[in-house]
Parts: sequence; structure tokens; C-alpha cells
Amino acid sequence: MDIFTQQLINGLVLGSIYALVALGYTMVYGILELINFAHGEVTMIGAMVALSVIGLLMGAAPDLPGLMVVLAGVLVAIPACMLLAFAIEKMAYRPLRKAPRLAPLITAIGVSIILQNAAMLIWGRQYVSFPRILPEARHELFGAHITDLQIAIVALSLLIMAGLWLLVQKTRLGRAMRATAQSKEVAALMGVNVDRVISATFVIGAALAAVAGVLVSAYYGLAHYYMGFLLGLKAFSAAVLGGIGNIAGAMLGGLLLGVIEALGAGYIGDLTGGFLGSHYQDVFAFFVLILVLVLRPSGLLGERVASRA
Amino acid sequence: MRRKPQIAFFWLSVLLVALPFLTGAALGNSWVRVLDFALLYVMLALGLNIVVGYAGLLDLGYVAFYALGAYLYAWLASPHFGVHLPFWAVLPLGAALAGLFGVLLGAPTLRLRGDYLAIVTLGFGEIIRIFMNNLNAPVNITNGPQGINLIDPVALGGFRFAGTQQVLGVSLPSTYLFYYLFLAFTLAAIFIAMRLQDSRIGRAWAALREDEVAAAAMGVNTRNLKLLAFAMGATFGGLAGGLFAAFQGFISPESFNLWESILILCMIVLGGMGHIPGVILGAVLLTVLPEALRYIGDWQRHAFGHVYVDPSDLRMLLFGLALVLMMVYRPAGLIPSRQRKREFAAEDGVAEQEQASLYDARG
Repeated sequence: MDIFTQQLINGLVLGSIYALVALGYTMVYGILELINFAHGEVTMIGAMVALSVIGLLMGAAPDLPGLMVVLAGVLVAIPACMLLAFAIEKMAYRPLRKAPRLAPLITAIGVSIILQNAAMLIWGRQYVSFPRILPEARHELFGAHITDLQIAIVALSLLIMAGLWLLVQKTRLGRAMRATAQSKEVAALMGVNVDRVISATFVIGAALAAVAGVLVSAYYGLAHYYMGFLLGLKAFSAAVLGGIGNIAGAMLGGLLLGVIEALGAGYIGDLTGGFLGSHYQDVFAFFVLILVLVLRPSGLLGERVASRA
Repeated sequence: MRRKPQIAFFWLSVLLVALPFLTGAALGNSWVRVLDFALLYVMLALGLNIVVGYAGLLDLGYVAFYALGAYLYAWLASPHFGVHLPFWAVLPLGAALAGLFGVLLGAPTLRLRGDYLAIVTLGFGEIIRIFMNNLNAPVNITNGPQGINLIDPVALGGFRFAGTQQVLGVSLPSTYLFYYLFLAFTLAAIFIAMRLQDSRIGRAWAALREDEVAAAAMGVNTRNLKLLAFAMGATFGGLAGGLFAAFQGFISPESFNLWESILILCMIVLGGMGHIPGVILGAVLLTVLPEALRYIGDWQRHAFGHVYVDPSDLRMLLFGLALVLMMVYRPAGLIPSRQRKREFAAEDGVAEQEQASLYDARG
């Protein structure tokens, strides 16, 4: 088996999930210049809600095909996360829109803690396992293995990203979002309901996060109340890598970060003569983040240069 | 009138000296240990306050410096490497190492805007934690998740802080002794923090926090001052880390996770950013309250015969709520400084807007 191809495939699969989460960060940042810390936690809530629904359905109707059950889980998780994000924006961020920069960032951390601990109280401290009800066939591809689930993750992510692209470029709401991102004041003068656009941005990001949460828990076979933190950080790194505020950038950054991580984890042992092993996988995202911020703060596709304040 | 502050000062000193005895008598000796931790957190909060409160740089990886100080202490004064340097030699080394890392981390990131800095420091904290957890093979440096134990007890000129000691005819358990040791360091930290705030450097930090462009125009060397804030904060963290290692006699990566950073941030936000009495109050409150929360568990067992909600699970939830509520309803903290209050009360952040338009013009 070809290790390089295998890691590339793994990286792309993971990367497409990062991209979905990164989109939520980048859209909110593009409009509010706020790092929505709680976004990773919204992803986690999506996974947890879906897993609860899946568990309930499997108990109530054991004959249902696995794909249907998971789909039902996703369809409940999406509105749950959308509602959650709507509430978060309204209660924690909106009152502080004119406060000094530090203030909303601190509430974002607060919301993140609240969600994490609420999830711990509801779903417990232990790992929740994702039932093995999805088809698990493996295929050969360029000398490496790829599973049905991996194909589905990549395909679904690409589909959703294409949908989002259309939404932002072609619809009235999308145009309002782009206008608000450029200037809230001028957009408001042009008759855009800025508050509603901001809410919509949060809600759309949360829907993507819900899907990403289910995908990532299906991929790893488990979910945990703490999973959102690292996922969120990596997705944020991906968004910065692609150029924060830039939607195409988030997609590119996500895929790229996934590949960097997979290849890095695969080869770090050889590179350091066995001194560092694959458990340093999580370090790569941060190194990428720091490198990008130092060398090219605007990211790969970003136009605006991060200012100094 | 002129004597009043001196009288207050006298009674405060008496109270501080008597506090462990009062606490021990009223609540039991386990609470003296809580007092020790409260002092440790006051030091940490004062250090973070230099970075966040004075200079306005949001540092979410502060615990990394705390960890560096603690680990250096453990390496240089435990059987782990077989090195046993004395307390007074290791402590400054730990503080200096942490300060150095503060500069190393600050240098590449300070060109960036505040919220990026938050994320980078957060990432740095995580990196340090991952290394602490995994640097036990092939060369055992940190002993991995098990941590390092059997750290040498503190001894100053033959006086040992471990175990019960006779001082002036009174026998004092080790928690009492550490209380006085920590109290001395805390008072020094408060003194330094106060002097810094009122110094030329402190005023430059305030200028920088409020409007960086204006500060630069007034001749403030923004880069060096930011680095200095970072290094000073990190030094406090490293010092507290060394004290923590000496106090516990055991350290593991568990003690240095992200939530510890957030907890310290909560302390200064709750008390009042940039205001020393507020920061002290915040640190004491957030150390003592979680301990008091334990009674909720007892109360549940008493009332229902079963603990439904583990108080330690509630702890972080309440901290999160406190952060959000404070920011929305009382953003300047419980005891805000007059200056901060004005900043937060400014109707729609005039300075912020001006600053933003300046950047637009330049970009």
C-alpha cells in the first residue's frame, strides 16, 4: 500500500470536514470581525444531538436502514444548531457590537465554556460511540484504500460548499451578506437589514457545523463533549490559512490543512529520526497558523492585510 | 484624617498575618490550603493583568508560562534528573525562562491584531501541553502524563517548609508556612504591579491599549513595550509556576490545561481589568467560591440522598456564565478602575471607529 497516497486521501477527507467548519468562522469574521469561539462547540452539539436521535431511532425502529437513521439524525441536528447559533448571537454578541474588541471575544470564550459544560452534564464525560450502521465497503484507489464513508464525506462537503457558493454569489441574501461584510453602515443605508443578515450568517454557519459534526463523529466513530475545541481551533487555523473572511479561502485552507496534518503525522517519525511520533499530529495546525500569521497574515487568498491594532 | 490610611494599613497587616489561624479555627485546616492557592492565583492574575489589563493584549496561553516555571523547577530540584538545586536558585531561573519564552512568542505575533494574538497564544498553550504529555519517549524529559513527583521541599537557609515547624514557640503546619511564603511573594508582586502601573512604562501601556496609532504618534515604542508587557507577564507566571511546583511537590500536564488560562482570565475580567484591587478580589473569589460550591454536593446528598449534579461539573459552567454576564452587564468588572469605566461606557467607541477608518485609509 502506498503510504503517501493513503495519507493524501485521509488528509483530504479530514480537510473537507475542516473546510465545512472553517466556513462558519470565515463568514462570521468577514462580517463582524469577530472570532466566534463557540463555533467549534456548535459543531460538537450537532454531533451529540444527531447521536442522540440515532440512538433513539435505533431503539424505536431497529429495522430502519442505517443511512436513513443517520440522515434523520443530521436533519434534527441542523435546526438544533441553527437555533443555538441564533440564540448565541442574539444574547452574547449583539449587545456588545459596539463595545471594545476584547469584550465580544471574552463572551465568545464564555459561551464556549457554557456549551461544553452543558454538553458534559447532558451527555456525560465518557465518549459516545457512533453506531456502525453505515456501509463500510473499501475500494482500491491508486494503490490506497478509500471507504464508502470517506467518499461520502468528501462528496457531501463539496456539494454543500457548492451550495453555499451559489447562495452567497447568486441570491439576494448572499448579496446582502457581501454588502454587509464590506460596510455595515452603507449596507444599512441601501436598505439591507443588517441585524437579520448577521443572524442569517450565524445560522448558516451553524447548519454547516452541524453536518460537519456528524461527519467527523461518523469518521472517528465517536463523539465527546470536548471534541469541539480542537476541531474549532483547527478549522480556525484553516480559515486563517485560506485568508479569513474569504469563502473560497476557507475551503482551500481546510483541505490544505487536512493534507498537511495527515502527511505531517505520517512522516514526522521518519523526519525526526523517531524522536517525535504521530501523536504530535495536533501540533501541525498551530504551527501552520503561526507561520501563516507571521509570513502572510492575509492568508493564501485574502486581500485585506490584518492590521496592527 | 492623615492617620487613617496608616491605621487601615495596620489592621490589614494584622488580618493578613492572622488569617490562616482564623481560617483554620473557623473552617478547618484544609481551608488554609485554599488560602495558599488563592495567593498563588493572585500572583498569576496580577501577571496576566499586566498583559491583558495594562497593555490590552489578550493572552489565552498564559498557563504555558506557569507550566514552564513549574517544569523547570521540577527538572532542577527533583530526582527526575538527579539535580537538586536550592529553591532560591531555581525560582529566578524559572521566571527568567518563562520571560524569555514570552519574548519569543510575542516577537512574531505582536504585529498582528489583538484577536489573532489571542488565537496564537491559545495555540502556544496547547503546543506546550502536547509536548509535556508526549516528551517522555524516546528521551524522558517530562515523564509524560504521569508528571514529575518527589520535587524537593522548599528550604531557605536550613529552614524547611515541609512538615510542621516550630516558629517562635508556635508549631505551624506546612500549609501555614507556605501561606507566609506566598504572602511575601504576593505582596512583592502587588508592589511591582502598582509601581509598574504608575510608571512611565505603565502610562505608555495605557496609551497603547487605548489607541495604538495615537500612542505611536506620541513617540511610544509600541513594539518594545508590547514585548515588555509580554515578558513581564510571563515572568510572573514562571515565578508562580515554580512556587506551585515547590508547594505541591508534584506536577503533571493536567494542571496546565487551557481552562486554567481561562480561569485566570475570568479572575481579572470579574474583578476589573487593569485595576489591582479588582484583580485581587477576582482571584480570591474564583479560588474560594469553587471550594464553597462543594457544599452544594453535600447539600444534595443531604436533601435527596444522591448527588445529581456534581459541583465540580457546575464550576466551569458558572464561570462561563459569569464571563458572559459580566461582559454584557458590567464589562468593567466588580471594582473597575475609573479610567476603564469610562472606556467601556463610551457611547459607541468613538476611538475604535476612528482607528478603524485610519486602517482602511492605509490598507
